[in-house]
Amino acid sequence: MLAQQLVNGVLLGATYALFALGFTLMFGVLRVINLTYGFYFSAGALLALWMTRAGWPIWAALPAASLGAGVIAVGLDWVLLTRLRRIQAPELSSLMVTLGGVLALYSAATSWLGPDIRRLPPGIVSADAFQFGDVRITTAQLLILLATTILVGALLLLMRGTRLGLAIRAMAEKPDAAQLMGIDTGRVAATVSFISGCLAGAGGVLIGLNFNAIHPYMGEAMMLRGFVVIIVGGLGDIRGALLAGLALGVIEVMTAGYVSSGLKEAVAFLILVVVLWTRPAGLFGRAVLRRA
Amino acid sequence: MPPWLDDFLWTYQNLVHALGINGLLALSMYVVLAVGQLSLGQAAFMGLGAYSSALMTLKLKLPFLLVLPLSVVVPVAFALAVGVPTLRLSGVYLAIATIGLGEVLRAVYLNVDLFGGALGLSGIPQRAETWMIYGLLGLAVLALWLVGRSGIGRAMEAMREDETAAQVMGVPTARYKMGALLASAVLAGLAGCLSAHVSSFIGPNEYAFEPAVTILSYVLLGGIGTPLAPVLGAWVLTLLPELLRGFSDVRLVLNGVIIVLAVLFLPNGLLAVRMKRIGA
Repeated sequence: MLAQQLVNGVLLGATYALFALGFTLMFGVLRVINLTYGFYFSAGALLALWMTRAGWPIWAALPAASLGAGVIAVGLDWVLLTRLRRIQAPELSSLMVTLGGVLALYSAATSWLGPDIRRLPPGIVSADAFQFGDVRITTAQLLILLATTILVGALLLLMRGTRLGLAIRAMAEKPDAAQLMGIDTGRVAATVSFISGCLAGAGGVLIGLNFNAIHPYMGEAMMLRGFVVIIVGGLGDIRGALLAGLALGVIEVMTAGYVSSGLKEAVAFLILVVVLWTRPAGLFGRAVLRRA
Repeated sequence: MPPWLDDFLWTYQNLVHALGINGLLALSMYVVLAVGQLSLGQAAFMGLGAYSSALMTLKLKLPFLLVLPLSVVVPVAFALAVGVPTLRLSGVYLAIATIGLGEVLRAVYLNVDLFGGALGLSGIPQRAETWMIYGLLGLAVLALWLVGRSGIGRAMEAMREDETAAQVMGVPTARYKMGALLASAVLAGLAGCLSAHVSSFIGPNEYAFEPAVTILSYVLLGGIGTPLAPVLGAWVLTLLPELLRGFSDVRLVLNGVIIVLAVLFLPNGLLAVRMKRIGA
């Protein structure tokens, strides 16, 4: 029982980590708490729903929906934030703009599609499960594990091993200096939006698979997890977000299993507040929050 | 009271109540924005006021004149718990924590039996009167107007423009930020208590993300020049869906778009432009 809960928690946490990675990357590089981020999550899930209903297999729908969410992210970032970035507006203005934007997007999507919970077509992922001793792992869970490992691996490789990653990290460190060194910061910003959108979109598809419940507002409930993970991990800290995401998944599953499933959000929030009281820079944070 | 006014108030009772309560909520957002902070906990504070006061009336059978002042206790306690750790950090932390608070409380209301779950609490006696709502609204506008004209008001304006400079000039910024958040929790808590005691029913979804952002759109539409401006913003956005048929479907989309446009193009608020021209 405990081992099973642990495995479920880690797999759930892997999707939380994936979701929060894009969020923290966006903050680390663009220095904006972008609340439209939750909408990319919903958009990824809705796109995958639409594609699988059109008969696409999941292995094609997952990457396509994720890329689609990335494109949406670039577009929204351009509409909402380029002007504020140019006049170097205070961070709360950017936060407010994305807040208004995301309310408009969620409610437009809801009035278009209706608020009902939609389900992926049956049999999109085989219902087989694999038994390892006491632990049972479904095919959907294996897919989640595989997809997160690939995406997180690719992101780490990109950040540490390529010139683009170097440019992104330089821009996170000091945007002005990066520009002076010949980095096209506008393009790097768009690329970061795209990558973040893809990660959120993939997260949406995977959570949609895991719980098989897709609706326009699903990203909103996810944002709470995003906040907890990026603050506990430290704003802009990729490794912190990974660890905090996994931990949150395990804690939620344990709370649901041994206390009450209705309290898992409250436990997540309690962690957020306690961390803000005691270690506001995040559990692994340093005093200066400038990392990506 | 002349009979036509009596008729009018009876027919549009709900709207008249909503205008007053939304005005209070707009002020509750205004006090925080006035010191340059962004809190999205107004709806959550309102919910705490509504649920705690409804429980005091239903379970403890307290008289309303005791329930109304007591309804601020729980919101203020939550404002302290969220405000103390976040206000010493940069502004985004308060915004994040207060958005989270709304989500969490909704989950708690839904899942704890005491709060009635998805059905909410019903059968709350209608004890709040129209004069109480507008009396409190008038008092709040007056108080905020007086504060705005005092030295504290000028210090708040200085903080909004440049927090560091204000701090250097000796403005106790930490104390004012906390004070603003607590005042905001008090106003929202009262609004919640009043709304619970005029509508007889409260549910878990009335105090989450959408209302929180809607309250922000009131203030951004009105602007934060004077305490009357946010109230006007709230009235316009409360009346519009009533006046225009078929409008309520896109109400939330419009609220979101107003915020985007206001921040991008009219940082002083939409109505502020008009008011300057009139000379107010």
